[in-house]
Amino acid sequence: MAVAAKRLLTTSKAISEAIAEEMERDPTVFVMGEDVGVYGGIFGATEGLLAKFGPDRVMDTPISETAFIGAAVGAAVSGMRPIAELMFVDFFGVCMDQIYNHMAKIHYESGGNVKVPMVLTTAIGGGYSDGAQHSQTLHGLFAHLPGMKVVLPSTPYDAKGLMISAIRDDNPVLYMFHKGIMGLGWMTPNPRATDDVPEEPYTVPIGVADVKREGGDVTIATVSLMVHRALDAAETLAGEGIQAEVLDLRSLVPLDRQAIVDSVHKTHRLLVVDEDYRSFGMSGEVITTAIEGAFDYLDAPPVRLAYPDVPIPYSRPLEHFCLPDAEKIATAARELVGR
Amino acid sequence: MPSDDVLRDLHRQMVRIRIFEEAMVSVYQEGKTPAFDIAAGPVPGEMHLAAGQEPAAAGVCAHLRPSDAVTATHRPHHVALAHGMDMSRLAAEIFGKDAGLGHGKGGHMHLFDTETNFGCSGIIAEGMPTAVGHALAFKKLGRDDIAVSFFGDGAANQGAFHESLNLAALWNLPVVFVCEDNAWAISVPKDKSTAIPNNSDRGAAYGIPGVLVADNDPVAVYEAAGEAVARARRGGGPSLIEIKTDRLLGHFEGDPQLYRTKEEMDRLRERDAIRAFEGRLVETGALDEAGRDRVWQEARVEVDAAIEFARQSPYPAPESALDHVFA
Ligand SMILES: Cc1ncc(C[n+]2csc(CCOP(=O)(O)OP(=O)(O)O)c2C)c(N)n1
Repeated sequence: MAVAAKRLLTTSKAISEAIAEEMERDPTVFVMGEDVGVYGGIFGATEGLLAKFGPDRVMDTPISETAFIGAAVGAAVSGMRPIAELMFVDFFGVCMDQIYNHMAKIHYESGGNVKVPMVLTTAIGGGYSDGAQHSQTLHGLFAHLPGMKVVLPSTPYDAKGLMISAIRDDNPVLYMFHKGIMGLGWMTPNPRATDDVPEEPYTVPIGVADVKREGGDVTIATVSLMVHRALDAAETLAGEGIQAEVLDLRSLVPLDRQAIVDSVHKTHRLLVVDEDYRSFGMSGEVITTAIEGAFDYLDAPPVRLAYPDVPIPYSRPLEHFCLPDAEKIATAARELVGR
Repeated sequence: MPSDDVLRDLHRQMVRIRIFEEAMVSVYQEGKTPAFDIAAGPVPGEMHLAAGQEPAAAGVCAHLRPSDAVTATHRPHHVALAHGMDMSRLAAEIFGKDAGLGHGKGGHMHLFDTETNFGCSGIIAEGMPTAVGHALAFKKLGRDDIAVSFFGDGAANQGAFHESLNLAALWNLPVVFVCEDNAWAISVPKDKSTAIPNNSDRGAAYGIPGVLVADNDPVAVYEAAGEAVARARRGGGPSLIEIKTDRLLGHFEGDPQLYRTKEEMDRLRERDAIRAFEGRLVETGALDEAGRDRVWQEARVEVDAAIEFARQSPYPAPESALDHVFA
């Protein structure tokens, strides 16, 4: 029997491949953003696209996020399927009106008559001393606002399948990639950022969580880079006889609430890990979901390990004091299972 | 023509900035070889250096007092130093140390100095509205201080640029807007991002003077800024100055710069504003060769001391991350 050779791709290559395949399939798909052309996107999400499709379909923009994200909204309404890149999610401040008052609301305001099929990609996350304005994740903030899907891949495979789903979706999709999952040569090496990715197009459904590791003692629910950290912690814990189930939510809108409930039914304990700020965010929502749907199954109060409610400090020891990591996850899981 | 003293000051200022930036190039590489890792070394994170853009900082800030407010960008060191920021506390902040301006909380893109009324932002064009606010406060408080906002050519396509110019003009505020046009915004050349060749022309849209300094010459900057600063100080309102300048290094350290040619980079090096200016000073006798060499030596000593101070300083306590969220 022939064993298929692995096709190892970094997450950034998986994303640009997904975009390229959709651009080949659908002439209405095009890309706009700062440094998406020759540079290939600061985090590589559009690498190679300019050479393949030319400047009419891979458009470098001025630093005018309100104008080009708004233009993506308009173009989507008028028959295109734009992909606009907001270089860092932290920059949403200069263009949020187009995102949440327009991209996310036009379909509803039109009584369902107008569609806004676009993807807004953006880089999230810290851990490399980029300071308070370039390190946030902010997925909870966007998930709070109705009208846009919020997708957070953690692996190269999911990244490609979710990107293709996002492009084909008739709704606006915010596609948030953590810089630490991209497999970039200039970031701290991350073996989990490279994996086997099929060449042919495929989809991963938006709104379906994925059990990245099965276990019966405790559920660790999280997204994005923290999935990698949780998997590292789960390996350590397994050595101590604690079987952690790592639930990758993959999207916050829609949130796969059933998967959270199902996993808690099985493990009876829930730890939510979030690189986003602690209060009023994902961790609270996931825990509420477990309490609403699996209250009688919980053997202990759910626990959250999240970024404290402080702006992100630059200095390395300060940032690492705040950031969840594998060790902190393992400690929290041990305490939760009472060991 | 400014006096020889002013010319020598401009030269000294530019040289110490250049040496600081070049020192940052090598400090930044520490711990990042053989494999580059942005998170590693004594100075992690992004590093945007301003080598080549010294004339703008030196020429404008020569007219300022410490109580004048200055706002800058993600590329702030040259402006900070020219406005008088303490080099050791700047270096310590860049190293993430407790003795830094912000106890390591801000880092190189987020420098705040009460001594020199300096602030900067890593969000493009977002230092401009705060400069307008500084000027508004000065006017309300009856102070004759002014505000200066430095920003890149890329920032002129942001809404904040236009809103700030209009507001400053409308309220006749003492602001000098200084656009450093280094022809690039990361990998995007200005002619691919901006509908007109000169941002100075945009002053007309708001009824304020728009002055173009067509080359990277500190004297030309000094003269244009002198007028704009005097005008602002006497209540004559805001102005916009655009300076054509050169970014000698990558957008950030580690930038492979595949978007521009080696010829272009060599050409910029050849026309290095400091060397050109220095040559003129020596030619006219404003500076002799020994004096020139002394400037470079003294600047090296100053920069070495600042970096040594930063290196030897302790890190803040990790749990201090939780302090300073509120006053
Ligand atoms: C609102 C916002 N958009 C994008 C960025 C990312 N970014 C950082 S520097 C830069 C280019 C800035 O160009 P310019 O204003 O000309 O300044 P220069 O870097 O040339 O000094 C960009 C796009 C940002 N920091 N803020």
